[in-house]
Amino acid sequence: MITEILKGMFITFREIFKPPVTIQYPEVKRPVRQRFRGRHELRRYADGLERCIGCALCAAACPADAIYVEASENTDEQRYSPGERYAKTYEINMLRCIFCGYCEDACPTDAIVLTDAYELSAFSRKDLIYTKDMLIVPPPAGKPGTPQKVEEGAYNRSILPEGLVSEP
Amino acid sequence: MGLEQKLGNMGVVTARLEDLVNWGRTNAMWPLGFGLACCAIEMMSAQASHYDMSRFGMELMRASPRQSDLMIVAGRVSRKMAPVLRRLYDQMPDPKWVLSMGDCASCGGVYNNYAIVQGVDEIVPVDVYVAGCPPRPEALIDGIIKLHERVRRSHPFKGETVAPIKV
Repeated sequence: MITEILKGMFITFREIFKPPVTIQYPEVKRPVRQRFRGRHELRRYADGLERCIGCALCAAACPADAIYVEASENTDEQRYSPGERYAKTYEINMLRCIFCGYCEDACPTDAIVLTDAYELSAFSRKDLIYTKDMLIVPPPAGKPGTPQKVEEGAYNRSILPEGLVSEP
Repeated sequence: MGLEQKLGNMGVVTARLEDLVNWGRTNAMWPLGFGLACCAIEMMSAQASHYDMSRFGMELMRASPRQSDLMIVAGRVSRKMAPVLRRLYDQMPDPKWVLSMGDCASCGGVYNNYAIVQGVDEIVPVDVYVAGCPPRPEALIDGIIKLHERVRRSHPFKGETVAPIKV
């Protein structure tokens, strides 16, 4: 019995000389895995137009019914996204979302992607319903945001050629 | 502050009583060991050496509600569990806080059915909601830091006088 105790105490003693494993969280953040799924974002094309066309396939694919999409018509005067329609309202209830990534899979234009951000906490349930303004990424440097005034007939298709290329 | 400026260096520091009380409350907020589902695994992980909540004075998961200040509702609360949860909350001494960890505790999450309470705030007042399914240990610690911030900004005797910061 003594040898077992000594064996155990030796392990404790050995650990004294090892560096601590604790990650000093708020200051030091451990990098997440490549395939980690966190908070969503809505992406844009290189010319600043929104990728989301308001088809609500993400809302249909969502197992927790966390996504609410309301579509509206695009015009060439006020163009938000290529094609006929854009998402006027896009809300994700982060308290319903289970971060499964099905919305990402369902999206035909790769508009919605799940990012690395995981710090989602708030003092009320209402603050955790993320609206379109909170989800959409800012337009690329030097490009205008939406709505844009474009030439007539320049954006007849719902997906731009760059949207057909699946990005990593 | 005031007194030292008038009397010079006396080797003492003065502070507001409210600040001292809140300092004590935030630095020794013992949570109630109350794991209900998979979120409890992440809660245990936050307690273990890699994330180590004892850095925030939370090393003790109290088994008794009489000795705890913070209730971390980690997991889905079934209708059958709801009266138990309320009873545990009532047994905790004041001041007490509730952190709703994860989707299921906060609003039912993916379990939108008759068996699960659709948000633990139907039963107890919740101070901080942490989203995630389950949240990472870091996300839980982030929620706890936000709760500490809220406690620091409130008056220890009058309750919350300053509106909590928007996140």
